Amino acid sequence: MTRTPEHTVIVAHQFENLEQQFDADLLGMWLFLVTEALLFSGAFLALAVYYHQYHDTFSAAARELHWLLAGANSVILLTSGLAVALAEQAADQGRRRAALLGLLATIALGLVFLAIKGYEYHSEYQAGLMPFLQQPFAYDGPNPHNAMLFYNFYFVLTGLHAAHMVIGLAVLMVIAVLTWRWRDGARVARQVRIAGLYWAFVDIVWVLVYCSLYLVGR
Amino acid sequence: MIRDVRTGPAPRHHYLNAGHGLASWFLTKDHKRIAWLYFVSITGFFFLGGLAATLIRLELITPNGDLLSSDAYNRLFSLHGIVMVWFFLIPSIPTTFGNFLLPLMVGARDLAFPRLNLLSWYVYIIGGLFTLIAAVAGGIDTGWTFYTPYSTLFANGAVLAAATGVFIVGFSSILTGINFIVTVHTMRAPGLTWFRLPLFVWAQYATSLVMVLATPVLSVTLVLLAVERVFGVGIFDPSLGGDPVLFEHLFWFYSHPAVYIMILPAMGVVSEVVSCFAHKRIFGYRVMAFSILAIALFGFLVWGHHMFVSGQSIYAGVAFSLLSFLVSVPSAIKIFNWLATLYKGHVRFDAPMLFAMSFLGLFLIGGLTGVFVATLALDVQMHDTYFVVAHFHYIMVGGAVSAYMAALHFWWPKITGRLYPEMWARVSAIIVFAGFNLTFFPQYILGWAGMPRRYHAYVEDFQLLNVFSSAGASMLAVGYLLPLIYLLWSLRYGAHASANPWNARGLEWTVPSPPPEENFERPPRVEHEAYAYDTDA
Repeated sequence: MTRTPEHTVIVAHQFENLEQQFDADLLGMWLFLVTEALLFSGAFLALAVYYHQYHDTFSAAARELHWLLAGANSVILLTSGLAVALAEQAADQGRRRAALLGLLATIALGLVFLAIKGYEYHSEYQAGLMPFLQQPFAYDGPNPHNAMLFYNFYFVLTGLHAAHMVIGLAVLMVIAVLTWRWRDGARVARQVRIAGLYWAFVDIVWVLVYCSLYLVGR
Repeated sequence: MIRDVRTGPAPRHHYLNAGHGLASWFLTKDHKRIAWLYFVSITGFFFLGGLAATLIRLELITPNGDLLSSDAYNRLFSLHGIVMVWFFLIPSIPTTFGNFLLPLMVGARDLAFPRLNLLSWYVYIIGGLFTLIAAVAGGIDTGWTFYTPYSTLFANGAVLAAATGVFIVGFSSILTGINFIVTVHTMRAPGLTWFRLPLFVWAQYATSLVMVLATPVLSVTLVLLAVERVFGVGIFDPSLGGDPVLFEHLFWFYSHPAVYIMILPAMGVVSEVVSCFAHKRIFGYRVMAFSILAIALFGFLVWGHHMFVSGQSIYAGVAFSLLSFLVSVPSAIKIFNWLATLYKGHVRFDAPMLFAMSFLGLFLIGGLTGVFVATLALDVQMHDTYFVVAHFHYIMVGGAVSAYMAALHFWWPKITGRLYPEMWARVSAIIVFAGFNLTFFPQYILGWAGMPRRYHAYVEDFQLLNVFSSAGASMLAVGYLLPLIYLLWSLRYGAHASANPWNARGLEWTVPSPPPEENFERPPRVEHEAYAYDTDA
C-alpha cells in the first residue's frame, strides 16, 4: 500500500506525538468506563439492599422472568464481544475487510439482542408485570407490593442497559463507516479499539444484570 | 525610584486577540478561552444565588414572616442551595483557574481533549437552563438535597426540571474530571515528574478523581428519583416497602465528597499564594500532596455523618463519626504546613495574600466546628440547626470562595494581561472578611441556642443575632460587588502586567501575560522542583 500525503498520520495540535495521543485517548476511555461502572453501581446497590430485605418475595418474582430467553441473549451478546475483539485485531493488522466484517457482525448481534429484549418486555406487558404508567399489576405471587419493587428494578436496570446498548450501537455504526472508508489505518485501528472497549463494558454489565435479576432467585 | 517589575509591555499576539467575533469564543477549543466562558457563566450564577441569599437575610431581620410566605421562603433557600452548590462552587475553581492553568502548569499546549472541554461548558449551560426553567416555573421547595419521599410523591414544584438540571451538570463535572486526569497523566512536559508538580495541580488531580468517582452515583440516584416521580416506578416509596434512607445514603455518597470537590482546589490555590507571598518553598511538599489525596480518599468514607438522626444504625453512626474525625488529620497537616511556610518568610500582604489569610482563619474555624458536628452525640443536638449552616458556610464561603477570590486576584494579571487596582482589592478583602464573620459567627450562637434552619419565622429572642447576621450579609454584598467593578475597570484602564508581576515560580509565569494561543513557543524542559524560591537571583 502506498502512502499519499493525505494518508500520513495527523497528530492533534496539543500532543507531541501519536503515542502520547493514543495513551491519552485510551486512558480517557478507561476513566469514562469507571464512571459508567459507578453509574450502574448505585442501582445495583439499591437492588442488593432490597434483595436482602425481601429475599423470598424477590426470588419468587424473579422466577416469572424469561431466564432462558435472557440466557440466549447473554450468549448472543458475548458472541458480539468476540466479534468486536476480532475486529480490533484485524484492524490492528490492517485487514480492512475482516475488521469491517467483525464490526457488522457485532452490530447485527446487538440488534438481535435488542429485538429479543423487546419481545421480553412485550410478553411482560401482556402478563401484567409492568407496574407503572397506570398499567394493571397482575402478579399473583406472595406480597405483590414488594414484588412490584422488584419489577421496578428489573425495568430500570435492563432499561438503563438497553440505553447503553443503543449508544454503543450508534458508536459502532460510526466506527464501521470510518473503517469502510479507511482513511488512515493506524487511526482506524485506535478508533476500533476504543469503541470495542465500550462495547466490552456493555457486555460485562449485561452479565451482571443477568445474574442479579434472573439467576439469583433460582 | 525602583522600576516597577509588575508592569511591562503587552505582547503583540496573545490568546485574547487571536480571534474575533462570537464564533471565536463559542466554538473555541482553547482552554484559556473556555475558562472565560465558564468564568462569565459561574459569575452570573454566583450573583443569582447571592440574590436569593439577600432575600433570605432580608426576611430574617424580623422574627415574623413579613416579607415572604413560608412557601416562597422554602423555594428561595432551595434555589440558593442548588445554584450555589452545583452551578457555582463545584465548577468554580476547576473550570476557571483549573482550565486556564492546568495546561500551563504542566507545560502543555492544551488539555488532552479540547473538544470535550468545550462540550463540558455547553453541558453546563444546558443544565443551568433547566435549573433556571425550574426557578421560573415556580421553583422547588425540597431544599438542595431532594429528600424522598417528599421530592417524589408530595412536592408540587418543578422538581423534575431541577433534578434534570443537576443530572446534566453532573456530566459536565465528569467530562472536566476525565480531561484533567488524562492531561496530568499523559501531557506533563519533559522533566516534570509527579513530585515537581505544583500543589495546585495535585489539588486539581485529586478533585478530578472525586468528580469522576462520585458524580455518576448522583446521576443514577437522580435517575431513580426521576423515574419514581414521572412514571410512578417506586424505588424509594415506603408504601412498596422501599426505603427513603437508601436515597439519603446514595445522595450523600456523592454530596459529601462534593464538599471536597469544593475545598481541595481551594487548598491548591492557597498553597500557591502562600508560598509566593512568603517567598519561600512550601513546607513539607510531599506531605502536602499526600494530604490532598488522603482528604479525597477519606471524603468517600464519611457520608453517613449527614444521617445521624435519619434512622441509620447506631453502629454505623459510631463508625461514620470516627471516620469523620480522620479527615481532620490531613486537614490539620495542611494548616500547619501553611503556617510553617509563613514562618520566617518575607511575607507581603497584597490582595491575593489577604484572601488566602482569610481562607486560613475561616477554614480553621469551619474545620474545628466540623469536628463538633461529626461527634455523634453532639450532632443529635446540633442537627438541622443554624450551627450546621454556619459550619458549612465557613468551609464553602469562608474557605472555598475566599480561595476563589485569592486565585482571581493572583492570576488576574496572567489571564487578562492587566493589573487590578491593589488598594481597592485590599479594601474588598477586608470588607469580605469582616462581613463574612459578622454574617456567620452569630449563626453558630443561634444554632447552639437551638434555632432550626429552613424556617422563615423564629422566636423573638433570636432577633438581635439575626440582625447582626443580616447586617454582615449586606457588607458581604458590597465586598463581592466591589471586585466586579474594579476588575471590569482594570480590563480597560489597568496597567499592562509583566510576565511575572509577583516574582512567583511556576511555568505559567514564564510565558507572557496574557499567554500566546499555543501557550509555549517550544515545549518547556523542567529542571527544578516547584516553589524553588530560594534559588532566585
